[in-house]
Amino acid sequence: MGWSRKDLLGLRQLSAEEIKLVLDTAVPMKEIIGRKIKKTPTLRGRSMATLFYENSTRTRTSFELAAKFLSADTVGLSASSSSVMKGESLRDTGLTLDAMGVDVVVIRHPASGAAEFLAGCIPAAVINAGDGTHEHPTQALLDMFTIREKKGTLAGLKVAIVGDILHSRVARSNIWGLTKMGAEVRVTGPATLMPPDIEQMGARVYTDTDAALEGVDVVNVLRIQLERQQQGLFPSLREYSKLFGINQRRLELTAPDAIVIHPGPINRGVEIDAQVAYGSRSLITRQVTNGVAVRMAILYLLTGGETNAIPH
Amino acid sequence: MQERDLKEKAQILDDKGMRRAMVRIAHEIIERNKGVENVALIGIRRRGVPLAQRLAKYISDIEGTNVPVGILDITLYRDDLTTLANQPQVHQTEVNFPVTGKKLVLVDDVLFTGRTVRAALDAIMDLGRPEVVQLAVLIDRGHREIPIRADYVGKNVPTSRKEVISVRLTEIDQEERVVILERI
Repeated sequence: MGWSRKDLLGLRQLSAEEIKLVLDTAVPMKEIIGRKIKKTPTLRGRSMATLFYENSTRTRTSFELAAKFLSADTVGLSASSSSVMKGESLRDTGLTLDAMGVDVVVIRHPASGAAEFLAGCIPAAVINAGDGTHEHPTQALLDMFTIREKKGTLAGLKVAIVGDILHSRVARSNIWGLTKMGAEVRVTGPATLMPPDIEQMGARVYTDTDAALEGVDVVNVLRIQLERQQQGLFPSLREYSKLFGINQRRLELTAPDAIVIHPGPINRGVEIDAQVAYGSRSLITRQVTNGVAVRMAILYLLTGGETNAIPH
Repeated sequence: MQERDLKEKAQILDDKGMRRAMVRIAHEIIERNKGVENVALIGIRRRGVPLAQRLAKYISDIEGTNVPVGILDITLYRDDLTTLANQPQVHQTEVNFPVTGKKLVLVDDVLFTGRTVRAALDAIMDLGRPEVVQLAVLIDRGHREIPIRADYVGKNVPTSRKEVISVRLTEIDQEERVVILERI
């Protein structure tokens, strides 16, 4: 099957076949990243704009490199240094980019649903690079690619997602994607950071972190945003680390060949110990490489010649 | 155009004919390169790959030397990507040897417009700088759109543009022959 969507807004609406197509396409893309000359002429004459209303290192750089490796032209906009500061609306910014001939807009926005809103305003392809607490599809796809690369499959694996599930778009996208691909997803974290409806997405909630980690094949550690503590959602970073932090002792509860992933940037000593983060089970650096490969795959699939049929 | 919309018009080669043509090409590769030192074969996905592997085996049988075989996927180098409604599936390029300084023989099943070979040449140049690149094809059916020619040809087959050449290999198609198809 081919790719028939105009945009990539989330994993909720993707089928298992579509997810597999992205992951399969990322395999040859990764081979290009390993070459001395990291460039193919595939997207020559295409252009991509990154429109970021929040800070980012990995995602933004990764998208820019992905586009450049495929010979697309890129332009980067930050809300802080653009007309957004003059009060320009998201729709008008999108229309402006579209009028300049941009083929793909990669958007990160603090409001859930922003990517979908923009996709409805402009004919250019829209890629959601994180919208509020809703979804971060490319992060989940690169997580799944990393897991599949190491384990050979996703079906039947036990994956524990640990941390602030309530505010995490990474967790949501991972749950949608992993469950569709046949993995068993467990979630654990402070009760104050656990949304009440999460089990309806197909994940199983564990109140005890140790129990959640028992025999899992993958531990996906979420970044704890330090301001959550200021909001009183958990008493202290130290307590968080003690109750939910992934350390060597907790790692021993997992399957013998379990892997640890983290979307980055890490808070060493809070959600993850340095010993684990830089240990042999950690694939955190590999995730970054795979992020470029997966985004190359997405850009390739989304920039088909004719306007793709299905709007979202 | 799907194969189901086509009917078989004539058989060009049977399994014996295909084998003879490939063995001859193996001999010609050895002769032209004065042996196989520094020679490597690169099959263009899909059907160029088993053909390259067969050539390597014949060369090994004749010369007693194993030549490396690489696999090239040219999808990312196609010149028609922006005109296709759906992007074709990309597969992996697997060239596990340095191409710089090598005498490369590109292998494909059918040479037609030459656009696939053009894309393959671009793909190879991104991997390194070979000393020489030669082209081996099982069938040359003419109708070139760019100035490209084969160094080694199994069989020249004059065709009309409406016809389709179908090379069927045991490894992929579970049968071994070359046929001309025409629209029903």
